[in-house]
Amino acid sequence: MSGLVTILRRDLALASRRGSEASLALMFFVLGTVLFPLGIGPDPNMLARAGAGLLWVMALLASLLSIEKLFQADWEDGSLDLLVLSGLPLAGIVLAKTAAHWLVTSLPMAVASPLLALLLNVDAKGVAALSLALLLGTPTLSLIGAVGAALTVGARRGGVLLTLLVLPLYIPVLIFGAGAAESAVAAQGARAHLLVLAAFLLAALPLCPWAAGAALRQSVE
Amino acid sequence: MHRFANPNRFLRLAAAIVPWSAAAAVLLFGVGLTYALVLSPPDYQQSETVRIMYVHVPAAWMAMGAYAFLALASAVAIVWRHPLADLAAKACAPIGAGFTAIALVTGALWGQPTWGTWWVWDARLTSVLILLFLYLGYMALWNAFDDQSRGARAAGILALVGVVNLPIIKFSVDWWNTLHQPASITRIGTPAIHPAMLTPLLLMAAAYVAFFVTLLLLRTRAEIAARRVRTLQIAHSRGPAAAAMHEPGYS
Repeated sequence: MSGLVTILRRDLALASRRGSEASLALMFFVLGTVLFPLGIGPDPNMLARAGAGLLWVMALLASLLSIEKLFQADWEDGSLDLLVLSGLPLAGIVLAKTAAHWLVTSLPMAVASPLLALLLNVDAKGVAALSLALLLGTPTLSLIGAVGAALTVGARRGGVLLTLLVLPLYIPVLIFGAGAAESAVAAQGARAHLLVLAAFLLAALPLCPWAAGAALRQSVE
Repeated sequence: MHRFANPNRFLRLAAAIVPWSAAAAVLLFGVGLTYALVLSPPDYQQSETVRIMYVHVPAAWMAMGAYAFLALASAVAIVWRHPLADLAAKACAPIGAGFTAIALVTGALWGQPTWGTWWVWDARLTSVLILLFLYLGYMALWNAFDDQSRGARAAGILALVGVVNLPIIKFSVDWWNTLHQPASITRIGTPAIHPAMLTPLLLMAAAYVAFFVTLLLLRTRAEIAARRVRTLQIAHSRGPAAAAMHEPGYS
């Protein structure tokens, strides 16, 4: 357990010292969202309807943008070999690294999302549901992304491949995440959508680190 | 099962099966297509467009069946390091992707006259589209590594992760209120389809299965041959390397 906490703290320290990489995802999220009103026109009604979905797609892409590096840097400098040899459970290592990734990239996005939702004129009832859905859904995205990142460690054109592997698996989370804010605005309550998102997270928590661990093992063999 | 890990035994078995399954596919397609496209009655609501069903439904079944086989073969390859299972899974992927593409295209052609739209973003259609992307991702991952065996194992893990999609496709029509109709064959009790339409549908399904088996065996055979060629090339180049490089036919 303490070993896993050490890995988590190491990844957080690495992210805070590199600085730029951690804020890159957030900048991508904010700037990308700002492009939409300029691209599709500033009509408040249209933005209000599309806002939650836009924010979800942007959060998903920003998460994908940074997940590629989850194991790549460790693989390149050889520390991944040491992590695998350390005797710690591989699934635990994946979980610790994924948690660090989520804390550094997706948590700031969930925190920033109410502000962006207001910019996009999303109904006030939907804003809370949107942030909650992002908090519940983005860990699942990071976990699925970790499987893809582990599979493509050392692959040729790994980034493009990762996109092809991971985006289809993101779709269910996107559907229920964007649906949460929508049904909250429609006064049906977001409870059902949030529960489904929680169910996805609970299913992904044991399964994804296990699959990613298996992928990591064969990548260093 | 390990009896079939011997490529020679597999090749003998495949050589014995292929002529029969190929003949069965040709025969079943001939009878099934005649029955489906000419002899079966038109639907009282959809009239002649219902005939798309005989191509569409078995293709969709086989798209899922091929993925189930792919995942099973990948599991066998990962757990027991079964060398032929890897090759069978690799051989299966393009066939499954083909079936998925057929199901999607015929579905769009069927949707236009009956639903009035080529495509709707409902759960069944979206999950089958995801299935197509899983097949494509599987094939891309196989070829993404310089070391073939790494690509095989990575792709195998992806295939197992993608299994979550199969129940979603199967039950999407029950869980969500969608435009796509729910199952009418595999429900409890009698099928909700008249025997005059059920018979050609089952004939076509059998034809698809025979076609799949034939293609799978042929492709697996080709994969074994390709692996042998590579092994021979490596052995050749390690021998009198300099001489081998100048030999005609060396690539």
